[in-house]
Amino acid sequence: MNKIANRAVMCEVLKEAASQDRDVIVLCSDSRGSASLASFAEAYPEQFVEVGIAEQDLVSIAAGLASCGKKAFAVSPASFISTRSYEQCKVDCAYSNTNVKLVGISGGVSYGALGMTHHSAQDIAAMSAIPGMRVYLPSDRHQTRKLFEALLQDKQTAYIRLGRNPVEDVYEEGSVPFEMDKATVLSEGTDVLLVACGEMVKPSRDAAELLNGQGISAGVLDMYCVKPLDREGLLKAANGKKLVITVEEHAPFGGLGSMVAQVISANDPKRVINLALPDAPVITGTSQEVFDYYGLNAAGIADTAKNALEE
Amino acid sequence: MNALALKAYDLRRDVLDIIVNGGGGHIGGDMSSMEIMLTLYSRMNVDPMRPDDPDRDRFVLSKGHCVETLYAVLADKGFLDIGEVKARFSRFGSEYIGHPHNTLPGIEMNSGSLGHGLSVCVGMALAGKMDKRNYRVYTLMGDGELAEGSIWEALMAAGHYKLDNLCAVVDRNHLQISGNTEDVMGHHDLHARFAAFDWHVIDVADGNDVDQLNAAFDGAEQTRGQPTIIIANTVKGKGSTLMENKASWHHHLPNAEEYAAIRKELQERKEALLHE
Repeated sequence: MNKIANRAVMCEVLKEAASQDRDVIVLCSDSRGSASLASFAEAYPEQFVEVGIAEQDLVSIAAGLASCGKKAFAVSPASFISTRSYEQCKVDCAYSNTNVKLVGISGGVSYGALGMTHHSAQDIAAMSAIPGMRVYLPSDRHQTRKLFEALLQDKQTAYIRLGRNPVEDVYEEGSVPFEMDKATVLSEGTDVLLVACGEMVKPSRDAAELLNGQGISAGVLDMYCVKPLDREGLLKAANGKKLVITVEEHAPFGGLGSMVAQVISANDPKRVINLALPDAPVITGTSQEVFDYYGLNAAGIADTAKNALEE
Repeated sequence: MNALALKAYDLRRDVLDIIVNGGGGHIGGDMSSMEIMLTLYSRMNVDPMRPDDPDRDRFVLSKGHCVETLYAVLADKGFLDIGEVKARFSRFGSEYIGHPHNTLPGIEMNSGSLGHGLSVCVGMALAGKMDKRNYRVYTLMGDGELAEGSIWEALMAAGHYKLDNLCAVVDRNHLQISGNTEDVMGHHDLHARFAAFDWHVIDVADGNDVDQLNAAFDGAEQTRGQPTIIIANTVKGKGSTLMENKASWHHHLPNAEEYAAIRKELQERKEALLHE
C-alpha cells in the first residue's frame, strides 16, 4: 500500500520547480502543515507567503502576485478555498485572467468525522461554473506529479482538488499515461463504462475487475480533467456501451455526473447513473467508512452496474 | 492655481457625458474621487506606450463603480480615447463596461465587487519586494466599502509584511447608497482603526484639494517600514449643488435639465478657480 499522499507529491514538484524558477510562489492560510508544504516554506522562505487564516485574502494576494508575473499556488483546504473564497476565485483569478493555481487540499470527505464544515462536496460544481476556470482531480500520486508539472507550464488559472490520505496507486511509476486535458483509458470494455475522477478512480477500476469476473465487460475512464471535460474521449469510450456510470466524491448535482450526462444525452443518448455523495450532510466516519456506507467502493459500483444491466 | 485643479472640472464634464450617453453610472462617487485619481495619475510612473513595463506603478480601483472617472483620467493620460468612451460606454458589445476591465489598456485588474482591491495590491506589493523593484502600488476604496471583511484581512497582511511600497486611499465622502456611512455601518475613528493595524495614517482635510492630496502622497512615499493609508475627506457629488452631499445621487442619472445645470455649474466653478 502506497504511503505517499498526493499533497506530498505536489510539494516535491513545487520544490523542484522553485529551485529552478524564483517566480514559483506558494501561499498558505495557516495550512502549510496540512498541505504538506512545511518543507517548501523551510527550503524556499523567499518564495513562500503566509497569509494567516484568511482565505479570501489568500486568493486575492495570489492574484496580485500573479499579475506581476509570479506563478502563484494558493493552497488551502478545499472546503474553504472553493466556497469561502469563491468570489475571489471568480473575479481575481478567472475574470481578471491571472495565473493562480488554486489547490484545494483535504478535498471531498477527507476530513471524515470533522463534519460538513470541512467537507468539500460542492467544489466541482462551484468551480466548474466559473468561465475560464479549469478543474482537475488527479487519481494517484503519479498522475498528481504529471498534472502539476503540466500546470507549471501554463499561464491560466485552475482549481486542483487533492485528498488528504495516501491513496493506492492507479498507475505505475515510470509509465504514467498522461496527456493534459485528455481522460486516461484504464481499460476497454463492451457492456458498461465507468467514468471516475480523483479518489474514485481506484475503486472504479477494482469494480471493473469484479464485473469482468462476473462476465460483464467494463471500461474505465479516469476523467481527472473534469473541466475542460474530455468530450471526445468520453464519447469514444461510451460508444457501443449499454450503460455509463459516473463515480465521484461530490454532491449529486453539478459535478462529474452532471457533466458526463450532458455530453452523453446530447450526443449518444443512453442511460447514465451518477454515483455520488448524498444531498445531505454525510454520515460521521473516516472517508473510507463514508465511501463504504454510500456504496462508493468497488462492490457498490459493481453491484450498481450489474443491477442496472439486469433491469 | 494648480492646473490639475482646473482639469478636474474639465474631466468632470467628461464623466457627466459618459454617464448621460451611456444611460447610467455612479456619478456621486465619480465626482468625489476625481481629484484623488487625477492627482495620483499625475504622479504615477505609467506610460501608455509601455503598458506592460514591469517597473510601472500599479493602481487598482477597488471601488470599481467609479470607473467613469477612471476612464476620464486614463483618457487624459493617453491610454483611452475619450470620444470612444463617451460614444460606446455601456452600449451593446462595448469594452467600456460599468466596472474596470483589464483588457483595456492601463487597467491592471477587474474590480466591481467591493473589498478585493487592497488584497490584490498586497500581492502586487509583495511581488515588488520579492523582485526588488521600486514601483509603488495604489488602491482607492470607498468608505462604505470598508464594511467588507476582506479589507481588514488585507490591512492585517500589509501591516504584517511592512509593505511601504503600498498606499491605499479612502474616498471618505460619508455617504453610501442607503445614506450616511455612520448610520449604515459606523466607522467611528477610522484613523485609530487603521493605525491599530500598523498602518501609517494620513488625514486629508479636503480630499478634493490637489495640493493637500499631493502632500499626502509625498508623505506616503517617504514612509519606510509600513504601508500608508490616506483618509481623503471628500464631498460626494462634488462640483454641483444639485448633487453635493446627497446619497440619492449615488447613481442618479441626470435628466436633460439637470445635465445642463450641472454642466453650467462645473464651468462656473472652474472659472471661479481661475480667478482665485
